[in-house]
Amino acid sequence: MKVDRRSFLGLGLGAAAGIAVSPIGMKLTDDSSIWTQNWPWTPVPVDGEVTYENSVCSLCPGSCGISVRKINNRPVKIEGLAGYPINDGGACLHGIAGLQYLYDPSRVKTPLKKNGDKFEEISWDDAIAIVAAKLADIRKSGSAEKLACIADKEQGSVSGLFKRLLKTFGSPNFYTMPGLESYLELTAETLHGEGQTIAFDLENASFVLSFGAGIIEGWGSPVNCFKANASRKERKAKLYQIEPRLSNTAANADKWIPVKPGTEADLALGICAVILENKLFDSPATSSFKGGLNKFGALLQKEYTPSKTAEITGVNASDIEKIATLFANAKMPLAVFGKGRGDGAQSLKELAAVHILNCLVGNINKKGGAFVQPKLKYLEFADESMDSIAENGFAKTKAAPYVNQLIEKVNESSQPVVEALFVYNANPCHSLHDAKKVKQALGKIPFVVSFSSFLDETAMEADIILPSHTFIERLEDVPSCAGLAKSVVGLTKPVVEPLFDTKNPGDAVILIAKALEGNIAQSFEWETYEECLEEVAAGIWDSLSEDGFAIISEEVPSESVPVNISLLANNPATVQAQGDFELTLIPIDNMRLISAGISVSPFAIKTVSDKVLKGKDIVVDINPLTASGLKDGGVAMLTTPIGTARVIVNFNEGIMPGIIGMVEGLGHTFDNKYVSNKGININALIGPVIESGSGLDAAFGIKAKISKA
Amino acid sequence: MKQENNKAYKFGMVIDLDKCTGCGSCMVSCMSENNVPFKEDESKKKDSITWMRVYKLTNGKSFPDTEVVYMPRPCQHCGGKGDHGHSPCVSVCPAVATDYGYDTGIVSQIYTRCFGCRYCMGACPYHARYFNWWDPKWPEGMENYLSPNVSPRMRGVVEKCSFCYHRYQAARDQAYAQGNKDEIDEENYQTACTTACPSGAIVFGDLNNPAHAVHEIVKPDPHPDPRNKHVVGKSRNPKVFRLLERLGTNPKVYYLSEREWVRKAGDNYLDGEWDKIKNHHGATLSND
Repeated sequence: MKVDRRSFLGLGLGAAAGIAVSPIGMKLTDDSSIWTQNWPWTPVPVDGEVTYENSVCSLCPGSCGISVRKINNRPVKIEGLAGYPINDGGACLHGIAGLQYLYDPSRVKTPLKKNGDKFEEISWDDAIAIVAAKLADIRKSGSAEKLACIADKEQGSVSGLFKRLLKTFGSPNFYTMPGLESYLELTAETLHGEGQTIAFDLENASFVLSFGAGIIEGWGSPVNCFKANASRKERKAKLYQIEPRLSNTAANADKWIPVKPGTEADLALGICAVILENKLFDSPATSSFKGGLNKFGALLQKEYTPSKTAEITGVNASDIEKIATLFANAKMPLAVFGKGRGDGAQSLKELAAVHILNCLVGNINKKGGAFVQPKLKYLEFADESMDSIAENGFAKTKAAPYVNQLIEKVNESSQPVVEALFVYNANPCHSLHDAKKVKQALGKIPFVVSFSSFLDETAMEADIILPSHTFIERLEDVPSCAGLAKSVVGLTKPVVEPLFDTKNPGDAVILIAKALEGNIAQSFEWETYEECLEEVAAGIWDSLSEDGFAIISEEVPSESVPVNISLLANNPATVQAQGDFELTLIPIDNMRLISAGISVSPFAIKTVSDKVLKGKDIVVDINPLTASGLKDGGVAMLTTPIGTARVIVNFNEGIMPGIIGMVEGLGHTFDNKYVSNKGININALIGPVIESGSGLDAAFGIKAKISKA
Repeated sequence: MKQENNKAYKFGMVIDLDKCTGCGSCMVSCMSENNVPFKEDESKKKDSITWMRVYKLTNGKSFPDTEVVYMPRPCQHCGGKGDHGHSPCVSVCPAVATDYGYDTGIVSQIYTRCFGCRYCMGACPYHARYFNWWDPKWPEGMENYLSPNVSPRMRGVVEKCSFCYHRYQAARDQAYAQGNKDEIDEENYQTACTTACPSGAIVFGDLNNPAHAVHEIVKPDPHPDPRNKHVVGKSRNPKVFRLLERLGTNPKVYYLSEREWVRKAGDNYLDGEWDKIKNHHGATLSND
C-alpha cells in the first residue's frame, strides 16, 4: 500500500478519534491511578484487642511515668501516665518516640565478639565465658584494680550491681558520666558536707534566677520542669534567665539577661556582693556560715563590685543591682545552676557561687527554695564477701577522680592504666569532650565490654557486646534525682517480650559474677536480677510492684544544714575557654535532640528545624554583627584548637555578638541512616579544660574562628 | 425514615503561645498516633510530612531586644466564609476526598478517594496539607508499632491533621455503649497533641459547649462580626486570635498570647493598619 500524505493524515486522525471515543484511555488512566495507590508493601496494621500497660521511662534522669497502648500485645504508642507523681500525663518527644528505639534497626540483636574489624555473633554462654576468662586472668596477674566501669549514673540497682562486681573483684574504678545529679551532690558536698544532694522547688518558687539552666530544654526532670514553668503565669512567679543566647528558656522567661559565656560565676558573685553590701541577706541564715564570711565579704567588695562585675560579665552595673534586689526581696527566691541540660561541663566555682545565693537569702529547706537533703537511699545490698585480692584492690586509690582524667591518663600512660573496661548506658566516644581522644583511649584499653542496646560509637570500640534490653523490655528501678523536689522511685516494667537475644544488664552482671566464682560468685547469690531487685529494694517493693512507684519523700526537709563557704572565700580562679581565637563556640542544648547517651530517634530528628540541621550539614547561630564576610545560609569553615568543621551559617539576633552557637547531639556515626551521619559532633571540636581544685572538666565552649568556605 | 439528628459538636482548639516551649512533644505524639512516616532526610521542610508543625516566630528586633515564640500549627479545620462549611480545601476538591463534617466541624481527608491533584494544598492558606511524593517505608520491624486506627497512606495522596478523628469515633462508640449517645465527655475525646503537651498549652474540646475549657477560654461569638460578615466565631477574649482571621476562613484553632507582637503575627498588616484593628482581629477596614 502506498502511504501518501492524504492517507497518512486520514489514518492518524482516525486513530486519534478512535482512541478518544474508546474507553481504553480512561480505563488506563483510572487503572494507573489505582495501581499507583496500591503498592502491596504499604502496610496494613493488624487490629486486635487494646490494652494499656504502665511503666516508667528511663531514657533520661527525668523518670516519667508512661502508659503503653498495645494492640494484640504489640506496643503501638507511648503516652505520659496521668496521675504519676513526676509528670502527671505529659511526656517529652523522646519518650513518646520510645518505640522507635525498641524496633531500631541499629539494635544489637545478639552478643557480639570483635574479630579484626568486624563483629561476629556468639552465644550468651560463650560471651560470658570469654568475659569471665579475661577478668580471671587480670585478677590472677595481680592487677584487679585495673578493671574499670563507666556507667551513666551512680543510682539504681543496676549501677549497684556493677559497683558490687568491681568491689568484690578488687577495683575502686567505678566512674559515671557527668550528669546533673553528680553536680548537685558535689555542690552539696562542697557547701554542706558529705552525703547530701540538692533539689529545687521550682513548682513553688516565686522568683527563679536561672544561670543558664535550660529549664525547658531538658534540664533536670524535663516534663516536671515544663509543668513548673507552665504554671508560672498562674502563680505570678518570675523567671530571669542568664545566658549568652536567647534559648527557649530565655525566650519564655520574664527577662533574658545576656552574659558573656563562662562568666556566670562572676555574675553570681557580683549579685552576692550587692546582697551583702546592701544587707539584703537573711541574717539568721548567714550567722551560721562557716569558712570565713568576713573574708568572703571582703573579697566580694574588692573584686566583685557592680562596676567590676559589669566589666567581666557584660551585664550593666545597674541591672546587677536591680537583679540582686529583686532576688533578695522576693518571697521565695531560688537560684538555679547547671547550664543547658546540666549534664555538660560545669565548674564547681560556678555551681557554688550560684548556690551560695540560695544560702544568703535563707531559702534552704523552705518551700519554694532549695532542698538540701541526704542522697536518696532505698537499696539495701547485703555485705559483700571479700577475699584478700578484693580487699587490697578495692582499698587502692582510683586511677583518676573523674572519667575525663581517666581517659587522659589512659592516653598518656605507657603502661596500661585499665586492663578491662565495662561501659553501661553511656556513650563516652560521643558525649565526652574531644571525642577523638576518647576513642583513642578506648582503643588502647585491651578489653572493652559494652552493655549497649545499640551499635553506637562506643559499642563499636568494644571487644565484646552484651546487648541490653531497651527500657520497654526490661525490669529496673528508676530513682528520680536531677534536682526534683520530690523523691520518687519508679519501676520500669517489661511491657513486651524481648524482641531479640538480649538480656537485662542486671542479669548479665550476675552471670559474669557467677562465672568468676569464689568470693565474687558468693556475693551474687541471686538466680536472676528480678530476685535481686526484690531483695535489695525490699523496703519499698510492695508499693513499687503494686503502684509502679514509691514516694520516698515529698515534704520540705526540716533540718537546718551547715554552710561552709571556704571554697569561694579563697577566690578560686575562673576557668577560661581554651585557645586564642577571637570568637567563642558554645554548645546549645536543644530539647528535640539528645546530647548524652543514646542517639535521637527518627521522629525526634524529623522535628528538628532546618535552621539547626540542613541535609547533612549542621547550622550554627551567629549574630549578624559578628558575621562579617559571611552570608546568611552560606557555607563556612569553623576552626577551634581541636578541630575544623564545615558548617552552614544562620544569622540570629538572639545570640550575643562574638559567639557561635552549635547544637549538641548530632554527628553520630553508626549505622542508622535516619539519625546518623547528620551534622557534626560538637564534642569533636571542644577539648576538656580541667578546673584546678575540683578536677571537673569545666570547658563551656572553646575559642573559635569562622571564615567563608 | 426520619434520621435521628445527633447533636452538632464543633470541636476546636486553643493554644497558649505563652506556655508553648517549642519542645516538639505534640509533633512526635501526632506522628506516632497517626502512622506518619519518616524518611532519611527530613530537613527539606516542604516535603516533610508533619500534620502538626511548630513554627518559630521572632519579633524581628535586633539583639538584645529579640523575642521568640513557638507556634504549633495543626490543620485549622476551617468552617469557611460565614462558617457554613465551605472550607478553602473542601470547596476545591474535585473528588470529595476532603469534606466538612457538619456534626463535628472536622475537615476530613479520605485517602482512598484522593487522586493527588493537590488543589487543596494550593487552596489552604495555612500549609497544613502534605503530599505523599513517595511511598512510606518503615525500616524492617518498625511496621510493628503502626496503629490499626489510622491507615498508612500510599504514594500520590494528600494527608493532614484529622483532630485525631479515630479518637472521636472511639469516644462516640463508648458513649453509645454507655447509653448516652448525645454526650461525649470532654476527657474522653482529646487529640494526641493535647494529651502529650507537657506544658498544658493545648486545650481541646467542643466550642459549642460552654462547660468545656476551650469554650471558657475562647468565648466564641456566634454572630457574624459586624465589621466583616464572613467572620463568625470570633473570640471575645482580647488575648485570643486566629491565623489570617480576616480571610473569613473561620479556623477552629485559636491562639492565645499576652504579647501584642505575637497577636499581630497572626496576619499581615499594612503600615498603620494594626493600630486601628488590633482589638478586632479579623475585622476589615473597608466594607469589602
